Amino acid sequence: MTSATAAHSVVEPSATTRRLAGSLVVLYAIITMIPLVWIMLTAFKSPDDAISYPPKVMFKPSLEGFCNLFTTRSRQTPEFIRSLGPPQGLCDSIARERNMVVAGPSNYVPRFVNSLIIAFGSTVLAVTLGTLSAYGFSRFRVPLKDDLLFFILSTRMMPPIAVAIPIYLMYRTIGLSDTRLGMILLYTSVNVSLAVWLLKGFIDEIPREYEEAAMIDGYTRFQAFVKVVLPQATTGIAATAIFCLIFAWNEYAFAVLLTSGNAQTAPPFIPIIIGEGGQDWPAVAAGTTLFLVPIVVFTVLLRKHLLRGITFGAVRK
Amino acid sequence: MAEVEINAVSKAFGKLQAVTDLSLTIGNGEFVALLGPTGAGKTTALRLIAGLEQPDEGSIRIDGRDVTGDAPADRDVAFVFQQYSLYPHLTVFENMAFALRAPIRRMPEADIRAKVQDVARLLHIETKLDNKATLLSGGQMQRVAIGRALVRSPSIYLMDEPLSSLDAKLRGELRLELKRIQVDLGATILYVTHDQTEAMTMASRIGVIEGGRLMQIGTPREIYENPINAHVAARLGQPVINLLPAGLFAGAPHGAETIGARTEHLTIARGGGDVSATVKRVEHLGDQSHLHLDLAGRPVVTLADPEAAFGAGEVVSLRLNKPLFFDAKGRRVAA
Repeated sequence: MTSATAAHSVVEPSATTRRLAGSLVVLYAIITMIPLVWIMLTAFKSPDDAISYPPKVMFKPSLEGFCNLFTTRSRQTPEFIRSLGPPQGLCDSIARERNMVVAGPSNYVPRFVNSLIIAFGSTVLAVTLGTLSAYGFSRFRVPLKDDLLFFILSTRMMPPIAVAIPIYLMYRTIGLSDTRLGMILLYTSVNVSLAVWLLKGFIDEIPREYEEAAMIDGYTRFQAFVKVVLPQATTGIAATAIFCLIFAWNEYAFAVLLTSGNAQTAPPFIPIIIGEGGQDWPAVAAGTTLFLVPIVVFTVLLRKHLLRGITFGAVRK
Repeated sequence: MAEVEINAVSKAFGKLQAVTDLSLTIGNGEFVALLGPTGAGKTTALRLIAGLEQPDEGSIRIDGRDVTGDAPADRDVAFVFQQYSLYPHLTVFENMAFALRAPIRRMPEADIRAKVQDVARLLHIETKLDNKATLLSGGQMQRVAIGRALVRSPSIYLMDEPLSSLDAKLRGELRLELKRIQVDLGATILYVTHDQTEAMTMASRIGVIEGGRLMQIGTPREIYENPINAHVAARLGQPVINLLPAGLFAGAPHGAETIGARTEHLTIARGGGDVSATVKRVEHLGDQSHLHLDLAGRPVVTLADPEAAFGAGEVVSLRLNKPLFFDAKGRRVAA
């Protein structure tokens, strides 16, 4: 449609309205991006630049934050450092300028791996369970269907932290405290209600004639579900998976409470990175920046499915 | 292909009685049409045979085997849905190959390709095989939907108003093609429709269904010429049969309350008939005209030769010519 006809259309917004709306969206996007940009800038500052006042926008970039994130260091006398051989890599030379040597790797990588396993594990589990139960609710006569659906939704009605103490005690008793499995189960139980509700909406939209046709054509119901329903529910599954992943990835309160040395995820670890004389802000910012990467990658990978229109045209209504 | 026998089948959905005591045998190679209005239970009858619904009572046998409790996949039937139901994520070829690729069939891929191409040629969609199913026109989609059933050689093809969502011209073309294909393949078909033309032109037998009950079954000619009641008579014929009080004409047999007069039962002239009527309106269809008459306050619709040039307000005379007679309950009364 040309802009000339759009301007005269009753349903299409006018060019001015669209420009105004567009500017507002861009403005909002810039405002929300400022903290993110600031974190990324801080990640490349030296500790002194990070806390300088007034804040520095122009600064000499440094990888000290990333080095401090991935290593632990110990302070030594200048005589001792001079007696050592040449520095071992970039981080060691940065450390030696501050009279320190790299003592070993930090816990960031194991925490990050915990986050990956727990978040993706619980997402896969929540989406799988959610898809199967949503299909059941959508297609079968389930006794007390509406009550069950309401009950599932009601688990989201109170703040999850309200049950923190019972869960803490329960997990300690059954040995799930500070285990990856415990965290996967916990995040799955929170996410599965969201998954059921979101996916039921998507599956309701898929006409049942598709499965009926497949079942008449020689497929079992489960085969028809896999061959016909799942491919058409990809949009919904992708959207649901992103929501579940973001929750599990960012969750902080339960992670602080239930994990420590073994299954601790990145969110409780990042803010307690301590440098000499207080918080090591560049290292915290570096940890946060890297922590954003998996979510961004996952969302970009699934973007195609999110944007693709839901099935239309093959069934006349 | 096989004989399909439906035996005293009933099905209710909650309080709604969809099909009542339906008995019907479809012979091998026969084309049976179930004709009835929306909500008459036609589709439910098909779904019962396909196994998509379980009957409350009665049994269904295919080729002598009782399939009443079998899953749809085990019945060896093919279904053409009213709304195409093509899989939007698959191409035309994949849609048509879908049934053949079912794990229970284990058909070699080369055979599948050959079979799909055969059927695609038959339906004139061989150039569309690589298209996404959703990118076709309505007529092409319906051909694919029919093709998806034709690639198989099931006991029976069940077709649920497959042509109803097409425009009139396409419907006419596909009607002819479908009949040609049925004759070529010797296929057994149960075809559900509310369109009397489809039923009359394609079916070897027509079953008229109303309110979940099978009212009459017979050849198109029998159903048209010898309807057992006024309902069945009203289902066939264009324009619809005129049902008039028997008292308007002399010579009705004993017990007849209603006269059923189709166009061919009415001789219309300027004077010399049994009764006179006033022309209210003339609809010119080109080769014919619909004449709307007023007969003692009753509307009567009949066809007339446009050459006769009747005009609104004109008084004409009508003569009955072997009409149908029905009693107070609508049952047929012999003349």
